[in-house]
Amino acid sequence: MKSPLMACLVRLATGVTARWVGCGPALCQRIYFANHTSHLDTLVLWAVLPTAVREHTRPIAARDYWGANAVRRCVAQSLFNAVLVDRKRICAHDHPVEHMVEALGTTNSIILFPEGERTPGPEVAPFKSGIWHLARQRPEMELVPVYLENLNQILPKGEFLPVPLLCRATFGQPIHLQPGEGKTDFLHRTRNALDQLRQT
Amino acid sequence: MNPILPQHLPEDPGLVALVVGVLVLLVLATVIGTILRRQVSSEAAVATVANLNARIRAWWVMVAVFLTLLLVGRDGTLVLFGILSFLALREFISLIPMRLADHRAMFWVFFVLTPLQYWSIHVAWYGLFIALIPVLALLVIPSRIVATGDGVDFLSRTANLQWALMVCVYCVSHAPAILMLQIPGFDGQNAKLLFYFVLLVQLSDVLQYVWGKLLGQRAISPTISPNKTWEGFWGGVLCTTGIGAALHWATPFSPGAAALIALATCFFGFLGGLTMSAIKRGFGVKDYGTLIEGHGGVLDRLDSVCFAAPIFFHITRYFYTVIPGL
Repeated sequence: MKSPLMACLVRLATGVTARWVGCGPALCQRIYFANHTSHLDTLVLWAVLPTAVREHTRPIAARDYWGANAVRRCVAQSLFNAVLVDRKRICAHDHPVEHMVEALGTTNSIILFPEGERTPGPEVAPFKSGIWHLARQRPEMELVPVYLENLNQILPKGEFLPVPLLCRATFGQPIHLQPGEGKTDFLHRTRNALDQLRQT
Repeated sequence: MNPILPQHLPEDPGLVALVVGVLVLLVLATVIGTILRRQVSSEAAVATVANLNARIRAWWVMVAVFLTLLLVGRDGTLVLFGILSFLALREFISLIPMRLADHRAMFWVFFVLTPLQYWSIHVAWYGLFIALIPVLALLVIPSRIVATGDGVDFLSRTANLQWALMVCVYCVSHAPAILMLQIPGFDGQNAKLLFYFVLLVQLSDVLQYVWGKLLGQRAISPTISPNKTWEGFWGGVLCTTGIGAALHWATPFSPGAAALIALATCFFGFLGGLTMSAIKRGFGVKDYGTLIEGHGGVLDRLDSVCFAAPIFFHITRYFYTVIPGL
């Protein structure tokens, strides 16, 4: 019960609206990848999904932020069931991609911010390679680009007080990893798909 | 400091009569909407009637919320208008191009200046109410932005924020400010006067829409708002002026004065709607938001209140209250 209520509160507070342009909400397994400009991104994208979809969707969150204190850890783990990954010390036996594959399992979807860190403006930064490794391990997954608009105005990087402006999440057309597609091409293609949503 | 007691509905037969009148109107509108839905067949007409019914449903909700809070008393009404201002403000500010340096100034606008404006009505402090935004905010906003050292488009950024605050907070707050007027011989009946004002403005909008749909031919301003026609304007304004005069018993005004005040209220309400449409045009959007089904955003519904409230407030204050020092 607490998840629909919290999601409703987040939607009221941020006035977020969902625009499903390239696909509709569906329960199939997906990797939602979005641009990252604000600490609120995870919360907003999680809240804007329909309840049934949200219950099977786990955000991938940075341990250095969401695990930094008890309150954030509690929000991340008990509220949106986030997967906390370490982006500072990446080693073979504790690789973030392994945790993502594990989180996907056979029924779940995940939310990923492939830029790796927050960007200051509305432009989409180059992607880190995690999304490619993930797509290679689970090539059957639908990768859905989600452009988050105006969140950098609500809580920009470096600010701690949010202002209650309206924001919007635009869901684009799903992408699949093509057979034989190289890392650079794939990262370009996914990034461009997200960047094109910005202009629609 | 607060001489006005909360006005409860059952104590004022005039207010009860107005409320019952509105409820009867809504029932009638619902019945007409249902009949129309069964009769129309062409695609365009079905869409128009669906929009009409969505509007009527939204009206039920809006009337219910407004009545509940009017019943709660002065503070309930203030909280309602405060929230409306806040929602309208965020729709407005979300449209204007901002820079990251404006973040702290926006925080002041939302969380300090807006609540302070409504607090000034709560404590019936007229001086603060009238000067806070046109004077203090005018100084505070540019000062906060200049402190960031970002001078790109400086005047337009500060002007945008100031305008947002003026229209969505300052102007809208003149409606609940009717509750703090001290009108001799009208003690404890201000809630009725506020209801009368809101009824006039919204009726004017509805009647202009209805007359426009029925007879509308010549657009007043095709480039700004193609749906507003001369036929709709005159039909709506004249009807509302007549209704305003007929309801003069709910106000401290004589029938003639009520007609003139209703006319001025409608006229400025119309100009408010046109001005807000022009702002939307300038930003290339149709509606300010998506909160109220069929109506767009809060600001789309409040656009006429923004311009009509200060006019109604100041006419009433100037001619019907004892102004100290005048």
